[in-house]
Amino acid sequence: MNELQTMLADTANRLFTDKLTKQVRIAAEEGEWPQDLWNAVEENGFPRVLVSEARGGAGAQWPDALVLLKACGTHAVPLPLAETILANWFLDQAGVDVPDGPITFASAQLTSGPDGMALAGPMQDVPFAANCTHVVALSPSDGTDGGIQVALFASPQVGQANSTIARESVAQVSVSGAAIASGLASLPLNSAMLFGALARSAAIAGALQSVLLQAVQYAGERVQFGRPISKFQAVQHQLAELATHAASVGVAVDAAARAVLADPNAAEFDIAAAKVRASDAAQIGASIAHQTHGAIGFTYEHGLHFWTRRLWSWGPEYGGAAHWAQLLGKNAIEGGGHSLWATVTAR
Amino acid sequence: MQTFRFDPCDLPDSALALRDEIRAFLATELDGFPARKRAETWMGWDAEFSRKIGQKGWIGMTWPKQYGGHERSALDRYVMLEEMLSAGAPVAAHWIGDRQSGPLLLNYGTEEQRQKYLPKIASGESFFCIGMSEPDSGSDLASVRTKAELTDEGWRVNGTKLWTSGAHRAHVMIALFRTATEEGNRHGGLTQFLVDLDTPGITIRPIKDLSGNAHFNEVIFEDVLVPDSQRVGETHGAWKQVTAELAYERSGPERYLSCYPLMAELVQELGDKGTASERDEIEIGRVVAELSTLRQMSVSVAGMLEAGQNPALEASVVKDLGAVLEQRMPGLATDLLERPFHLGTGGLDEAAAYLVQNAPSFSLRGGTREILRGIIARGLGLR
Repeated sequence: MNELQTMLADTANRLFTDKLTKQVRIAAEEGEWPQDLWNAVEENGFPRVLVSEARGGAGAQWPDALVLLKACGTHAVPLPLAETILANWFLDQAGVDVPDGPITFASAQLTSGPDGMALAGPMQDVPFAANCTHVVALSPSDGTDGGIQVALFASPQVGQANSTIARESVAQVSVSGAAIASGLASLPLNSAMLFGALARSAAIAGALQSVLLQAVQYAGERVQFGRPISKFQAVQHQLAELATHAASVGVAVDAAARAVLADPNAAEFDIAAAKVRASDAAQIGASIAHQTHGAIGFTYEHGLHFWTRRLWSWGPEYGGAAHWAQLLGKNAIEGGGHSLWATVTAR
Repeated sequence: MQTFRFDPCDLPDSALALRDEIRAFLATELDGFPARKRAETWMGWDAEFSRKIGQKGWIGMTWPKQYGGHERSALDRYVMLEEMLSAGAPVAAHWIGDRQSGPLLLNYGTEEQRQKYLPKIASGESFFCIGMSEPDSGSDLASVRTKAELTDEGWRVNGTKLWTSGAHRAHVMIALFRTATEEGNRHGGLTQFLVDLDTPGITIRPIKDLSGNAHFNEVIFEDVLVPDSQRVGETHGAWKQVTAELAYERSGPERYLSCYPLMAELVQELGDKGTASERDEIEIGRVVAELSTLRQMSVSVAGMLEAGQNPALEASVVKDLGAVLEQRMPGLATDLLERPFHLGTGGLDEAAAYLVQNAPSFSLRGGTREILRGIIARGLGLR
C-alpha cells in the first residue's frame, strides 16, 4: 500500500471500529439512518475520495479508493458509501460539481428538455434511495462520440421500496423537474453495472476477510469433544479453503482497480473476472463461515450474519457470477482459443 | 491471524519483449505439434527441443553467467515459463534442472559441483531428476529410509526411491538419503547427494501410469558408492534445503496451466462450431475468470520472489486453487462437448482423454491437497 492507502485504511478502520457499534447496525436494520456515522464519514472526506482536487475532492485513484470500498465489506457499513463514492466519481468525470450528502446512482433513460436533462421514466432498484439527498442517473449518450450522460437530480421521490437480504433499501425513484446539472463522461455505456460490480466485488473481498477472521477466532475459542474445534483437521481444511478464496478475490479486485486506473474504458475484462470470482466466493465463504460457527452463528444475536447476509446480497447485485462469466466466455469463444492466452496476459 | 500478501507486480519491459520473442519461436517450432503432445506440457520429454531452448538462453536464465546462466530477472523467467506451458511445449527434459536442481546447487553446492553441472543444465545437455519420495513415504519426506553410510570409499547407499519423474531418461538424480537416525528429530539425519545415474548398483524401473505413459520410476540402490564430493550442503542438514526446494516446486505457473492447452482447444472448437450455448459461455467465462485471477496471483508470487521475500504460504494458496481449476478442466470439456473422448483420434479428443486420466495426479504431485491445506491452516494460526 502507498502512503495515501495506508492513511485511508487506518482512518477507516479507526472510524468504523469506534463508531460502528453493533447497536448502530441493528438500528440501521430497523430503518434508522445512522446520521452520526455518516457525518464522521463525510468529515473524513471519504465520499469525495475519487473527486478531483479542483472540485473539492481528494483526487485519489481507483486503487486508493479500493481501500474504502473494501472497508464497506470488512466493517459491514450500513451506509451508501460505495454508492456515493461512485456517484461523485461519475459527476466529476462529467465535469459536474459534487454536492454534499449521500448520493446514489442507477442507469436510466434521459431525455433532453428545455430546462435540461430529465428522466424518461422512473429509475428502478436504486440502492439507499430513501436515505439520499441526490441521485445520479447514467444514460448512454446519443452523441456520436460515445460515452455517457451523467445527470444529477435533487430530492429523489421514493416509490415502491424493498429491502435487500442485507436489510438495506432499494427503491423505485422518480424526480420532478430537470437535472440540476449534467455532463458527458467518457466512460463505458454500461458504467452503472460495471463500476457497481467493481464496488460490490471490493466489498465482498472485505467481507470475506472479515468472516475468515471471525471464523478462525471462533474456531480457536469454541471447545468441543475436549479441544478447540480449530484442532480438527476437517475444520482446518474448511478454513484453509475459505482463506484461498478470500485471497483470490482480493487479488482479482486489485487487478480490476489497476485496470480502471490504466483506462476505465478497457477495464471490463478485469472487472468481470473480479465479479465472477467475488460472487462465487461469496457463496462458498458464507457457507464455510456458518458451518464453522455452528448454531450460534445462525442467531441474530451473534452478529456473523451482518457479514454473511451482505455476502449473499452483494453476490448477485450488479450482475452475478453467471452474468459476467457469460460476457467473458462469449468474448473468449468469439475471439478463438488461440488468442485467449494473449488476452489473459495483456493484464 | 496472518493475512496472505499478494502485492501487485508489473512485469518489466524486458519480460514483455521476451514474450514476443518466445511466441514467435514457438509458433514456428511447434507448428503442427499435436494437441495430445501439447496436453503433456511440462511432462513432455524432448531432448532436442531442450537443447534448442538452451541455445536460446532460456534455461538457467537467472543464474550467474560464470555458470552458463544469463543473469536475467526472475520475472523474465516467469514469462518464459508461462509462454512455454500455455503453448504446451515439451519442456520436461530440462524442467527439473532449471526449476530445482540448478537453484539448489547455486545455494548449497560446492564450487566444483556448480562448475561441473550448471553449464550443462543451462545448455540443455544435462537432465536431472529428484529422488525424494520412497515406498510408504508419499508427502511425508521425514520418513525417508534409503540409507547412505559413510565408508572409506565414500557413501554406500542402499534402498529404494519411488515416483521419481524422468529417472529413466535423466543423467543425474538429486537424492535425499538418511545418513543418521536422531532420536525425536525426524527432520534431522537427512542429506542430499548428486548421484550420476550410470553409477554401478542402480536399477531404474519405469512405472506405467493409468494413461499408459511411464514418466515416473522405481529406482533401486544396491551398495551404490557415492563420493563425498557429491554431497550437497551439510551432512544431516538437508531438511531446510528440501523445504526451500519445495517452494520453487509450488510457486510456478505449472500449477494452474497444466490443462491450458486443452482449454485453448476447447474454446477454439466451441467457436469453430459457431453454436456455443449460453451454458458454454458461462462455463468458459468462469474458467477465464479463475485463470486470469490465478495468473495474477502467480505473477505476484514471482514478484515477491524477485524482491527477495519468502512467499511459501502464498505459493501453497496458488497451488491449491490451481489444482482445483486444472482438475475441473477435463470434466468440463466432456460436459460441454457432450461426447466421449476416444483414444487414437488425435487432436482435442486425444488430449482430453489423456488429461481425464491424468487429472487425479494434479492434487498429488508437489504436495497433496491435504498437506497444502495443512500449511495454509498453519499460516492462519490454527495449528
